Amino acid sequence: MTEIQEKIAGMFPEAEFDTSDVLTVSVPDARLHELAKTLRDECHFDFLVTIIGMDWVEKMGCLYYLESTEKHNRIAIKATTDDRVNPMLHSIADLWPIAGIFEREVYDFFGIVFIGNPDMRRLFLSIDWKGFPFRKDYDANPELNPVSTENERQSDFTDTYVETPDGKVEKQEVRVFANDDFVVNIGPQHPATHGVLRFRTAVDGETIKKIDVYMGYIHRGVEKISESLTYPQTLHFMDRLDYFSAHPYHHCLCMTYEEAAGIEISRRAQVIRVIMDELSRIASHCLFIGTFCMDLGATTMLFYTLRVREQILDIMDKTCGARMTFNYECIGGLMQDIDKDFVKDVKDLLAVLPANLKEYDKIFTGNVITQNRMVGVGYLSHDDAIAWSVTGPSGRASGWACDVRKTAPYSIYSELDFEQVVRTEGDSMARFKVRMDEIVQSAKIIEQLIDNIPDGEVCVKVPKVLKLPVGHWFRTVEGCRGTFGIYLESNGTTNPYRLKIVPPCLPAAAVVDHITRGNKIADLITIGGSLDYIVPDMDR
Amino acid sequence: MFDFASLTSWIHDTLSSFMPAWLTVTTECILIGVVLLLAYSVLALFYIWFERKVCAAFQCRLGPNRVGPFGLLQSVADMFKILIKELISLNHTDKFLFALAPYLVILASMLAFAVLPWGYGLQVIDFNIGIFFLIAVSSIGVLGILLAGWSSNNKFTLIGALRSGAQMVSYELSIGLSVLTMVCFAGTMSVGGIVEEQRDLWFIFSGHIPAIIAFIIYLIAGTAETNRGPFDLPEAESELTAGYHTEYSGIHFGFFYLAEYLNLFIVAGVATLLFFGGWMPLHFPGWDTFNQIMDYIPSVIWFMAKAIALSFVIIWFKWTFPRLRIDQMLSLEWKYLLPINLFNLVLMVLIVAYGWHF
Amino acid sequence: MPYEAWKDNEYIEGLVKELQNNGTNVVVGTFDKLINWGRSNSIWPLTFATSCCGIEFVSLGAARFDMARFGWEVARASPRQADFIMVAGTIVHRMAPVLRRLYDQLAEPKYVIATGACAVSGGPFKKSYHVVMGVDQIIPVDVYLPGCPPRPEAMIYAIMQLSRKIKVERFFGGVNRKEKQEEFLKAHPIPGVND
Repeated sequence: MTEIQEKIAGMFPEAEFDTSDVLTVSVPDARLHELAKTLRDECHFDFLVTIIGMDWVEKMGCLYYLESTEKHNRIAIKATTDDRVNPMLHSIADLWPIAGIFEREVYDFFGIVFIGNPDMRRLFLSIDWKGFPFRKDYDANPELNPVSTENERQSDFTDTYVETPDGKVEKQEVRVFANDDFVVNIGPQHPATHGVLRFRTAVDGETIKKIDVYMGYIHRGVEKISESLTYPQTLHFMDRLDYFSAHPYHHCLCMTYEEAAGIEISRRAQVIRVIMDELSRIASHCLFIGTFCMDLGATTMLFYTLRVREQILDIMDKTCGARMTFNYECIGGLMQDIDKDFVKDVKDLLAVLPANLKEYDKIFTGNVITQNRMVGVGYLSHDDAIAWSVTGPSGRASGWACDVRKTAPYSIYSELDFEQVVRTEGDSMARFKVRMDEIVQSAKIIEQLIDNIPDGEVCVKVPKVLKLPVGHWFRTVEGCRGTFGIYLESNGTTNPYRLKIVPPCLPAAAVVDHITRGNKIADLITIGGSLDYIVPDMDR
Repeated sequence: MFDFASLTSWIHDTLSSFMPAWLTVTTECILIGVVLLLAYSVLALFYIWFERKVCAAFQCRLGPNRVGPFGLLQSVADMFKILIKELISLNHTDKFLFALAPYLVILASMLAFAVLPWGYGLQVIDFNIGIFFLIAVSSIGVLGILLAGWSSNNKFTLIGALRSGAQMVSYELSIGLSVLTMVCFAGTMSVGGIVEEQRDLWFIFSGHIPAIIAFIIYLIAGTAETNRGPFDLPEAESELTAGYHTEYSGIHFGFFYLAEYLNLFIVAGVATLLFFGGWMPLHFPGWDTFNQIMDYIPSVIWFMAKAIALSFVIIWFKWTFPRLRIDQMLSLEWKYLLPINLFNLVLMVLIVAYGWHF
Repeated sequence: MPYEAWKDNEYIEGLVKELQNNGTNVVVGTFDKLINWGRSNSIWPLTFATSCCGIEFVSLGAARFDMARFGWEVARASPRQADFIMVAGTIVHRMAPVLRRLYDQLAEPKYVIATGACAVSGGPFKKSYHVVMGVDQIIPVDVYLPGCPPRPEAMIYAIMQLSRKIKVERFFGGVNRKEKQEEFLKAHPIPGVND
């Protein structure tokens, strides 16, 4: 990293460096685009993990986390602006298409306008929402934004801000759809959207011309609420984001807090956490297979896959005391020890799993209709997957080895023997098969651990009132749907100054437009299903 | 074998003994209408229950079992509810066409229902072109579906209706051709005549290869014709919410719902008629004792049992296969089924001409 | 679970009996009973889920809990054909008009079950700027079902309670007649809404 730092220092003499966590380069807004381009093209930082909007009261700005898909190291760019009334930064949407969506999110929450972004609408909040909620001076008076039962105003136009040659910024209106497009509104209440997501779809007969994604129908403002809660109080939100990967998400947040506070947890807790993560992964992928098949019309498969999921939920129920929202991992380890039947139940599960997977293959995968519906449908190339930050099984189906458990092993994953499932076809079938194979790999991990759970305490002593030192941390784990990250900024008090959640599902939903164009309406269902996004996760 | 004609002629004689001829005919027409309506609704309710139970069995569930014994009254309860559910009237729609559509759909299936051969001598009317009439009236249904989709003034229903139009018009061809194959084999278009022809051996056995091919094609096309999975694109729930009947509520929706299940029965009934001998018991030439035992089972039971067994197969399709995409479905029809069908027709003609059948 | 256990709800069962026997004409009363039998045994849900509770609702339909036993499995995707909305999950500001519209699109008689802490009162997101603190702010609720998320058993219980509630209604008049939306609006006009 030092050579990269030297290189940047040579090219950008005004850059400032901060090495407390990830190497963070602060540059003035004017050179942001240039630096990002240099890092992408010359230093191979080609994966834009996220853009984090920040409000430091005296100034506002963004943190851009980049990762190299080759060496898997990270670098962050920091760009700020002093203007609180009309904050503006330059867009990098032309370098990474996904940046367009990330920037819309920042605009929605902080009101920072990005010059050059082709689509500067709000992303999560409604079109007439007053104020920018993540600013520290946001007026949360409910009378300003009352609950409305009137339909939301619908606009066919979007704004874009363009810099004129003489340095002025101009606002322009652009049409989203052409004048004579036949636009079908799919969602928010629609069986195919897996929750409350809305696609405005321009179709030509049965062929899709363009999709405009509307999110925020379940935006709950988890990040903002967390700022007013103490550290342990923020944990339970992780269950309610992606409710299928509650354990990995908890793991990530606990891990971030523990590293920030310098807490070392016991080996026993580590092992149990990993087993729980992998059990959730199996349960999650099982439900994916079921709902995906149901979307394609093969309803019966759902019931077969739910059978395995119920078995896992029983194991969870006995140990954690709940079927879905466990809140099992806590800062310092685990809430309570595992149930006395845990080992036996998990072994029973592992025993029936192969037969079940075989059955799924027999009923569904081999079916000729399935093959026709999935093979070659919704092709996402390797480069597009990286450019759109589509991580997780969907990214790995496009040949991008992006499993955090392998690229940046956390917890005890480096000691375990398992394979990263990567396929190169990039179509819906590949995304389906990657998940099928990941179930096998997860089972393999559990097999290695289940007989070797070491003795020890499950939770180390943690101060009753937890205060984290001043600083910032960025940690990622492999959730069931992709790279899940937590960015934490602490100012030394008992609650986080900024807690940014990096969901894997947001890019997955954003890429739908890109890969469905030219396909049929029915393929939208296949593609959306195979990307496996969870709406509360992307909306937060 | 009990001949129901004796029963019907007894009713006719009794009525005409104290009524003028015109009144007798009117009374009989009304009687037949009432009986058909009753049979129609009872059968539809049974079919809804049957499908729910079969589906539950495939999915390792129990299915309805709380309302009435084995949940038998479940669909009756559904009917009571749907009868008194609100009929929502929509703004900006063609109210007349909107109201007309469900009646067209149910009318089509009811007309087709009327000419099925229920038992020995138990048939409303035996045309000499009965099977032609059947195909003709069952095509009216698509008109109702198109109207429903169009008049609802909703994009989902419109897409659903157009899909349905394309699908039904295409698959009508396959149905027509496979029926034609069997008519060619039977040498008559009369429903009663076709059943009579199978006195010794059902067509599926006597017509061997071409009959089996025709049967398979008929089953596929029939499934498509009734808009059932894997061909349920017009009402594909995961794509178009409820397809062409998205905007219908109350009993109007109930009509679509009933017609869907009854069409299932009609398709199975016609397949029974063409390939499995209608109400004719299972006979094999030369096995006289066996044939006589088979004759003891009443003809109505034979017909119903065969039809229900065939509908079970169609339900089985639905709960096993994923849905096709519209272009795949049309290419299946035009690129595969239609050429095979035409070839099969020629084969059948050859077999009839040279007498290569049993 | 044995059937008798469901009937172990003396208070409500007693109430139902009392209300039903409250001076009704015999003929009309019999019709009412028949209609209520039909309605209470055929409650079709709308396919509607926003978050975690929706997944438990899927589990409710699966083989383990099998809501088909009670005839609730006919989940309709079109609100015109459904009988009740199970508001399964958080409702936020942006979703509120949509939910309201879905409710308006349901055909009478229509019912609502507020499922889970979020739908009942905002639940864990009480401090949020974008969450509706209870769906009863935008639509009338028949049954409140707490839990985060409620277990499928609890969901069965909630729908059973709804079923009991339906049994008390009178289609042909009487004290417990469910008011239609139009009549309600006529009796309680909302300023600014003329139709």
